[in-house]
Amino acid sequence: MIHSSHDSVIVRRSGSFLIPLVQLFGLYVLFFGQYGPGGGFVGGVMLGASLIAGLLIFGPEGPHAVAAKTALEGDGLGLIIFVGVGGLCLIGGGEFLNYSNLEIPGLDSPSRRHVGIIVTQIGVALDISVAAVSIAYSLSASDGNGENGGADA
Amino acid sequence: MSYSFELPLLVLVIMTAGSAILVTDLISSVFILGSYSFFLALVWAWLGAVDVAFVEAVVGAGLATVFFLLALFRTAPKDTIIRRSRPPIGAIISLPILGLLLLYAAADLPAFGDPQSPASTHVSPFYLENSLRDTQTPNVVTAVLMDYRALDTMLETGVIFTAGLACWLLLRRKVA
Repeated sequence: MIHSSHDSVIVRRSGSFLIPLVQLFGLYVLFFGQYGPGGGFVGGVMLGASLIAGLLIFGPEGPHAVAAKTALEGDGLGLIIFVGVGGLCLIGGGEFLNYSNLEIPGLDSPSRRHVGIIVTQIGVALDISVAAVSIAYSLSASDGNGENGGADA
Repeated sequence: MSYSFELPLLVLVIMTAGSAILVTDLISSVFILGSYSFFLALVWAWLGAVDVAFVEAVVGAGLATVFFLLALFRTAPKDTIIRRSRPPIGAIISLPILGLLLLYAAADLPAFGDPQSPASTHVSPFYLENSLRDTQTPNVVTAVLMDYRALDTMLETGVIFTAGLACWLLLRRKVA
């Protein structure tokens, strides 16, 4: 499906209006997951879904394809961030993923846990959004360069 | 307790679930499944589980529908219409009996919001009392997911990563 831009002008106009809105709301959900419903998982899904919508509407040459292809390069980065925070806790002298052992000068234990939750949520969101875009590319059997790789080679 | 909101939601959830199974056109089935997820999200929100409702609405009604549609567009049209044979007579007899047994067992479950139920007396009082002081996070669900149960969440993230990787390995073939 990710092979051409959508024909309808209504779809393209409303897409160019709605996609930044969805991305903004995804970021809001991601960073305000500690104060309201939401968090890394939902925020990541929304960011990934906005990129998928951009791909479906504007095609592989559109403005969102660059971001989507760049996102594909980040496969596994979110997991590395999550595990890396756990490793930093180990280096700080405590248990794996015990954020109060993060070596952040000038912060007490609850604030360190707060920072730890934010960073790991960013990791989860990165991982989920990249996985969503990657699965969409895989299902439309495109290799990420806009070529149809689905033909039997 | 008023059932004015509960009963229509329950009827809608059961109707959409049943018709998603019974309809023969897979694309219609995908859309009905999306609306089923949306009604289920309303049920979660009504029960007070706003985080779960959010995930159900975004993933079930949004992302999963897109993935199903992308998969269906790659499927040959003759395969998106399915013909179902009649269910075996044993299933017609035994499954309603199983349902009645489950309903009978559900009568023994603790009432919704019962403070004495095992779920409310085990670890959740500890989370509710300490999460704000420990983590400066007003949303208890986020505190439990990302701090107290961070290892579980890390492995779930690994599952999502593996899913993306598996789709890549199975479905993408470069033209030589």
